[in-house]
Amino acid sequence: MNAEPLLVIDDLVVEYAAKGFGKKPFRALKGVSLDIRPGECVGLVGESGSGKTTLGRAVLGLAPVTEGSVRFKGKDISHLKRRERRALADEIQVVFQDPYSSLNPSLTIEQTLAEPLRVQNVSAADASKRIRGLLDQVGLPSNSADRLPREFSGGQRQRIAIARALALSPQLIVCDEPVSALDLSTQARVLDLFKDIQEETGVAYLFVSHDLAVVRHLSHRVAVMYQGEIVEYGDGGIVTSAPEHPYTQRLLLAAPVPDPVRQEQRRADRRRLLDSQRDMEVQAGVA
Amino acid sequence: MSESATTPTPDVATEVRAARSHVGRRLLRNPTGLAAIIVLTVMILLAIFADVLAPMDPSKANIQDVLAPASDAHPLGADSAGRDVLSRLLFATRFSIAGALWAVLIAAVIGVTSGLLAGYYQKWFESVSVWVVSIIQALPGIVVLLAARAVIGPSIWLIMAVFGVILAPAFYRLTYAAVVGVRNELFVDAARVAGVGDASIIGRHILSVVRAPIIIQAALLAGIGIAVQSGLDFLGLGDTNVPTWGQMLSDAFSRMYQAPILLIWPSLAIALTSISLVLFGNALRDELERAAGKPKKRRRGAAAYVPDASGPAPVTHVEDGDDARSVLLQVDDLVVGYDQPGGGVKQVVNGVSLQVRKGEVHGLIGESGSGKTQTAWSILRLLPDGGRIVGGSVSFDGKDLAHSSENEMVKIRGRRIAYIPQEPMSNLDPSFTIGSQLVEPMTVALRVSRAEARKRALELLARVGIPNPQRTFDSYPHEVSGGMAQRVLIAGAVSCEADLIIADEPTTALDVTVQADILDLLRDLQNDLHVAVLIVTHNFGVVADLCDRVSVMQDGRIVETGPARSIFRDPQHPYTRSLFDAILEDGAARGPLAHSADRNTLPERSAR
Repeated sequence: MNAEPLLVIDDLVVEYAAKGFGKKPFRALKGVSLDIRPGECVGLVGESGSGKTTLGRAVLGLAPVTEGSVRFKGKDISHLKRRERRALADEIQVVFQDPYSSLNPSLTIEQTLAEPLRVQNVSAADASKRIRGLLDQVGLPSNSADRLPREFSGGQRQRIAIARALALSPQLIVCDEPVSALDLSTQARVLDLFKDIQEETGVAYLFVSHDLAVVRHLSHRVAVMYQGEIVEYGDGGIVTSAPEHPYTQRLLLAAPVPDPVRQEQRRADRRRLLDSQRDMEVQAGVA
Repeated sequence: MSESATTPTPDVATEVRAARSHVGRRLLRNPTGLAAIIVLTVMILLAIFADVLAPMDPSKANIQDVLAPASDAHPLGADSAGRDVLSRLLFATRFSIAGALWAVLIAAVIGVTSGLLAGYYQKWFESVSVWVVSIIQALPGIVVLLAARAVIGPSIWLIMAVFGVILAPAFYRLTYAAVVGVRNELFVDAARVAGVGDASIIGRHILSVVRAPIIIQAALLAGIGIAVQSGLDFLGLGDTNVPTWGQMLSDAFSRMYQAPILLIWPSLAIALTSISLVLFGNALRDELERAAGKPKKRRRGAAAYVPDASGPAPVTHVEDGDDARSVLLQVDDLVVGYDQPGGGVKQVVNGVSLQVRKGEVHGLIGESGSGKTQTAWSILRLLPDGGRIVGGSVSFDGKDLAHSSENEMVKIRGRRIAYIPQEPMSNLDPSFTIGSQLVEPMTVALRVSRAEARKRALELLARVGIPNPQRTFDSYPHEVSGGMAQRVLIAGAVSCEADLIIADEPTTALDVTVQADILDLLRDLQNDLHVAVLIVTHNFGVVADLCDRVSVMQDGRIVETGPARSIFRDPQHPYTRSLFDAILEDGAARGPLAHSADRNTLPERSAR
């Protein structure tokens, strides 16, 4: 297996122009560095406004890169023209959070799945065969092809979105909160599907989520984002169970455990942690 | 909804294909739409086959037939120049409709194209087009037309082309607004990532969304086009070689006292066509709106629906000890149904029974579609349109809420039963300050003075952990964060000293660190005030954190109920167990990527 990173993000800054003349632009990412190896899943965890979604969109070319670089297989892809960007379609793909708005309601599943294939000039017959294969791969019945998105539940729609991402056999899929809108039991099944597909195809994931447990389940390495910066980055098991950074510690203890006895314990731990962090801040202020 | 909810059957695909043209078919079933379509079709057929249908040349004048009455030779008589009225009417239909369509076509091509481009690419094209559109709209249309007529002469096509340009902004604005709404949809982003070209994205993904409103707009503008074109011709500004309804009207008007009947035919044609176009547009809009789903109102005296509350009894865990607290809320065999357009009732809650004791926190947990929120809403009697309690009883402190009048409910909601919603922001009115939204209910429910209510509101805001109560009191909802807004709503819920708080997923929309703070706050308040809480959630962590008792819901039924600790320790029902199995919290981490033999690729650890 190739040890060279597939994707290298180096000191990335993304700024959005603020509304109104002469106002300072909003800095969504403040110098973020990250790398993903082939076949690896890197989890990106953070709360709303932390910039995790922006980082995913910058990799996809959907967010404006102000400084720094995004290199894919050694090539800088941060400032591509529309045409050059389109050529990357068979290497970098996406699965979005909302399975309701990520599928065009007026196109059948076959039309949606055929779209990326048609762009690559795949013949109609081959595309049709490929679509049956994709539906099978994501665990949907082959007669789904003629149906419209509204016929499917949230979990099934997310499977369709995964099939679309897989259509061109990419090497990297950016997954932006792909299971956040799903029910608990559906979420577990879709996560297993992500895992199976990765083991089968060797695709790499940049897996964005707000849920530490979800990220822990799927990621080889985990990066924690806070206010546009990565505050902790390392082995998934360690970052999600014994974190070093104060914010990650707070994040970990904030999630309630589904067990009344242990949750009582965790609540006490969280209180203690918040108190000690507050004390440290006070001391730092004095010093 | 579980994933297996829509099990595909072989005939589903054919049903779907048939349903795809449903708007078109429903339009034909809509009486107004059908009538309008018939009139318009007849008009268009007459226009197309005018050559065949007309008995004679529309321009052939015969001095002997001047103002001739109806006869075999002239079924509708002849006009002031002795021309056959029927033939003229048929050809006028052709030219009037073609003229109007020509104007609409030009308007649509210019307006839709520029609207698509401006909406999709924005930047400089948007700025320029907004200027141009504003200038066109600022010009008085009819004056421009009269000026154009003076310059380019009496050509119906050129004049209507100019009119088309004047109409273009209507299409531009419509398309632009629709495109801006769609361009940030995720499916457009997904298509871009899939390598689809811009032209293809606009054609497939964006045009399909704006198609229907464009058709409606076109129908309305065609009506205006016919009116304006007839008006110009009526004023005698048209091309006299081309028969139009306006010219016929003008001619008939000059002979109004000799042959008033001549006014009838062109007027009738103009009126019928314009009315049909407007009605067609309205009917299409109605059907599109109905496609979004609107249940028919329940008819009075309709056969009473017999609720079905049968089903297996829930697994009930034994109490740890005697609970001496008296029952505050007792729900028995509650059935909630929605009236269907077809006339039936769709049950979403199928016989739910639950108890909430005074001062207890009861968790109602389930996945989406399990009926947990419907149960909560029906206790408050706040079901959306079409929904109602069709069976069972809701007894609150000895009073049957299921059969209370709306007036009685108004006295109970907010005062005896308070509510904490899922989306804090959408439950605060953006046009009033937070303070006024807290004070108002207190002056009504507790009958205290405004000053007293204000004092209490400030105390409550401090109590729910808001750092600067006075500033939040004076703020508008958009000036505070989601977590702060939820604290405000919690303050509102406890402000009127209710006995029961119904909290519908109160922390689902919040970040996990904020959620932990809100859970702490809810627990503290509950301990202090001894208020009973019914909390609806899908998160076992929230239940473990707060609840004394839990009821697990599936498909509108409670499948398992009992003390929280007992259920977490020993879940009995297979569905509850499957939910516990799906929890990721305690699962093993995936560990570092295997196969990366090189030592350098071992994950580095950095903590800044």
